[in-house]
Amino acid sequence: MKRTTLITIISSIVIYTTVVSCKKELHYAPERIKSELITVNNNTGENAEIVSFIDPYKNAIQAEMDSVLAVAPASYTKKDGKFNTAVGNMMADAVYEMTNPVFEKRAGYPFNAVLLNYGGIRSALNQGPITTRTAYELMPFENEVVVVELSGKQMKAMFQYLKNGTAHPISGMEIQLSNDGEIKKTLVQGEEVADNNTYFIATNDYLMNGGDNMTFFENPVSVLPLDYKIRNVLIDYFKKYDTIAPVRDNRFTRDSK
Amino acid sequence: MIRRKFIKQTAAASSLIGLGGLTMGMNSNSLLKPSKKHITILHTNDVHSHVEPFPSNDPKYANLGGAARRMNIIQNVRKENPNTLLLDAGDIFQGTPYFNFYGGELEFKLMSMMGYDAATIGNHDFDNGIGGLAAQMPNASFELLSSNYDFSNTIMDGLTKPYKVFVKDGVRIGVFGVGIQLSGLVNKTMFKETTYLDPIELTIDTVDALRNKEQCDIVICLSHLGYSYKNEDKISDLTLAAKTAGIDLIIGGHTHTFLEKPTIVQNKNEKFVLVNQVGWGGINLGRIDFYLDETNNLKSSSLVLDV
Repeated sequence: MKRTTLITIISSIVIYTTVVSCKKELHYAPERIKSELITVNNNTGENAEIVSFIDPYKNAIQAEMDSVLAVAPASYTKKDGKFNTAVGNMMADAVYEMTNPVFEKRAGYPFNAVLLNYGGIRSALNQGPITTRTAYELMPFENEVVVVELSGKQMKAMFQYLKNGTAHPISGMEIQLSNDGEIKKTLVQGEEVADNNTYFIATNDYLMNGGDNMTFFENPVSVLPLDYKIRNVLIDYFKKYDTIAPVRDNRFTRDSK
Repeated sequence: MIRRKFIKQTAAASSLIGLGGLTMGMNSNSLLKPSKKHITILHTNDVHSHVEPFPSNDPKYANLGGAARRMNIIQNVRKENPNTLLLDAGDIFQGTPYFNFYGGELEFKLMSMMGYDAATIGNHDFDNGIGGLAAQMPNASFELLSSNYDFSNTIMDGLTKPYKVFVKDGVRIGVFGVGIQLSGLVNKTMFKETTYLDPIELTIDTVDALRNKEQCDIVICLSHLGYSYKNEDKISDLTLAAKTAGIDLIIGGHTHTFLEKPTIVQNKNEKFVLVNQVGWGGINLGRIDFYLDETNNLKSSSLVLDV
């Protein structure tokens, strides 16, 4: 009698255990969580396998970066002019020359002008060999050329913005300020802006999205991205010419007193 | 030592005490006995092709970072605890010529060599288009996880998973990914027919699958949503943590936020979630150690955060 009971108990334990173990193994939950911030600095040695794996990539990039594309007969910095600079003119002209055929192929007509930003000239163009690295230094960012269609009114807002006098690179248009800093004359492709016309302006995606407070790019009539990075524009421009010798000119001026 | 830190933590989270999740346990001997299981998580975010250390003339991060040093740290941690997972929260690509020249090949190969277990997808990982990302997938021996990007009409179809369960020393660790809204951030020509789905809804569904179907003991979210935003309507890691339940740790990215230690957030069920992010550029590695015991040995909702 007693024995039977015991067996019953044992067998029920066996059955219970089997059922439970079928259902799941052990469950765990965190009882303590600890954190640490590990800074990767030169107190840590370098893993030799990783270093030697990176090396061929690094060497190939260096060789490519240092390959000479053109020559600059002098040094040009963005500080060498008040309203326009040689290096800024070169960048805007390069965008005009290299990307207008791309736009024209897609749109059926060329764009009218180029506007970049002064802050986007990230280094000088130094005397001597111009390499791929030069293009990376001038334009380390990934910004791409976009062509924005603006109304005559938006164009006038653009000129109001530009009269503040920062040497934002332009091409295909002219701005003349009077000696008191007011707009005297503005021309796009040699003609005055008409309110009922629209104009196609090549710029970069950063500015189109309101960068540098260029709010006149908000609500454009149309936008066409060209999938062409500014840096690649420069590389292609440097490859096209043996000598890069830009000049400061009269595209953006202010009358002297 | 543990107790001092613990009390400090309790004071910092004083408004949350009594709501569950974090219990006092000052007299608990369980703190002194070794835990049954120990899982280590190492993580990076927004490495942005910083294969080499920042140059010595960098104004902010001179001589910091670098894959070769990271590898040494990872190896040392793995020696200390073989039950380690290595994770990344996206934006692996873009930022140095290594990406411009090789399209992410080197970044993926190095991560594979370092033994990354999983990563999620950042907005910059679309910088060579969705085709550019797909082209690098053969170089990745780790999982690319995303629960809220629907790639079914793209070339990435079948190349990602919403989540993956890793089993380390018998502990089931569920890891899933969530990504940021792409429109407005990435050109449509780049992400093509990728559909962005609501991160909160997909998180709720995915965590349910991990906790119930997959019986996970730890749930980790790899997020590229960003740490927090002034505009509270914009979903961030902090809001995701608060509006969901069942996540232990959110490893974030996108906002390049340098956190000294993880932020503790109270979730929908008044349990604690850790949110961490370690800057960018491979400058830091985050390390989170989980000490676990069998659930039937633990007092309900007893957890010490020693962070």
